[in-house]
Amino acid sequence: MTTMMSAATTCTQPLLEAKHLQLSYGQQVAFHDVSLPIASGEIMAIVGPSGCGKSSFLSCLNRMSDLVPHCHVQGEIHFNGTNILSPRTDTLLLRRRIGMIFQKPNPFPLSVWENLALPLREHGLVKSQTSRRAFRQAIHQAIEAVLRDVGLWEEVKNRLHSSALALSGGQQQRLCIARALILQPEVLLLDEPCSALDPLASAVVEELMLRLRPRYTQVVITHNLAQAKRIADRIAVFWVQQHKGQLIEVGSTQQIFNAPTHELTAAYVSGGKG
Amino acid sequence: MSISQRPGLTVTALDRLLGFAMAATVIAVGLGFCWILGAIVAQGLGQISLAFLLAEPSNAGREGGIAPMLVSTLLILGVCLAIALPLGLGTALLLAEFTITDQRLGRLVRRSLDFLAGVPSIVFGLFGNAFFSQVLGLGFSILSGGLTLACMVLPLLIRTTEEGLRAVPPSYRQGAAALGLSQTTTLFKIILPAAVPGLIAGLVLGMGRALAETAALIFTSGYVDRFPRSLMDSGRALSIHIFDLSMNIPGGDARAAASALVLLTLLLLLNLLAGALAQRWANSS
Repeated sequence: MTTMMSAATTCTQPLLEAKHLQLSYGQQVAFHDVSLPIASGEIMAIVGPSGCGKSSFLSCLNRMSDLVPHCHVQGEIHFNGTNILSPRTDTLLLRRRIGMIFQKPNPFPLSVWENLALPLREHGLVKSQTSRRAFRQAIHQAIEAVLRDVGLWEEVKNRLHSSALALSGGQQQRLCIARALILQPEVLLLDEPCSALDPLASAVVEELMLRLRPRYTQVVITHNLAQAKRIADRIAVFWVQQHKGQLIEVGSTQQIFNAPTHELTAAYVSGGKG
Repeated sequence: MSISQRPGLTVTALDRLLGFAMAATVIAVGLGFCWILGAIVAQGLGQISLAFLLAEPSNAGREGGIAPMLVSTLLILGVCLAIALPLGLGTALLLAEFTITDQRLGRLVRRSLDFLAGVPSIVFGLFGNAFFSQVLGLGFSILSGGLTLACMVLPLLIRTTEEGLRAVPPSYRQGAAALGLSQTTTLFKIILPAAVPGLIAGLVLGMGRALAETAALIFTSGYVDRFPRSLMDSGRALSIHIFDLSMNIPGGDARAAASALVLLTLLLLLNLLAGALAQRWANSS
């Protein structure tokens, strides 16, 4: 698994690939003709100024765009070789396999335990046991494992049954990541996961993302170029041209920062534009 | 212009005046309530005894008790809620959760409901009499009274419940969708428990309106002051009993006040019960 990270950029068969993707809200085109392959195990950062279609693009990848009225998506998205934009796609199963983290932490108004047990039970991921007690024990094990994974176990192990809303912002965001991870997804989509957090909590989440690589493929939107530089394997730069979002450049982090090919990218990473 | 030259004093005086006006309003409202309550308690408390609650009325209500009216009232309320709650919750869910893509339908339903909510109760009474009592042949009965009340409280119930559902942050729905939770799970495990305060507000307002209703019941559930034998039998609601005692029966005022006190207590108890049940449900899920 550890070699996957370095292999990520040269991987021939991408795990997730957008092909000529276009999204519009009514008559308004949010972005158009975006083709972007995402390799298994890599962290792909999406950067660009506000309103260039980054979030819209991310929401297509797990079909959350379906929930927006008058939202129309054209093109193809291949995940493990199948086009997930096909109407036959089971979106509930798709979203289990491609998890999503939002800008503002959004734990349910339930206990920490129930926040994690609810999705677990819903997807039947814990095999039914001979007794209720054993079943509960299995759920407990899954919860403990995933909370340890996000480094939250020591902080919440004595308050598993109190409300998740009582946690701090950073803890809530890690709980949300744990909630996505407990469904054993292959991909995590993170929409500015640190923007609502203070610098310390932000650093903890960043460190967590690095730790989760390369077990999970991560696509992260960020406005923080320094953060993109610290965590990303590759960077995709979106820009608004003729009132439409476009993908103007994709490359390794090193290439984007040291040898950008597009003049807008060069201006953006040097702080001249955006 | 320096800051000290700003008319700071005037602003403070205005602030004080506003604060005073608000305090005065609060006191006026509180006093009004206490006055009504005080008058009812002063007149009625002396009349209340176990016998008053358990006996049948005699001498046109000047003597005896209010047991049949209590039974009729609770039966009418039961029929009303049994119909109005599921219909109300269903419609509120439709409005709050499922008309996002079809705004025209939502607007149409909402307009109709707001219009209905403003219709005087006597009109509901006449409608209930024409439709339930005569067309459907239910006659003067608990059933037709309860159904009429259900029509009357539905608009209120639906709009309050809808507001409660809308008050649930969209981020919960988004989070649930992103985890691939089904709509059913999202609704029953997340949205409804989070909407409990709004649901209780709707239920309490609806029950209050139903319990207090007189005009709509005169033409539908009737006037008879004995125990109803079935839902198809006529029965006199407590509110009608109060109306009758104070308007038609000379010397019935003290008994009317006592009945009003019982009605108020009943309302309070039912509200507490609704709150406790809903809270328990919210905690268990």
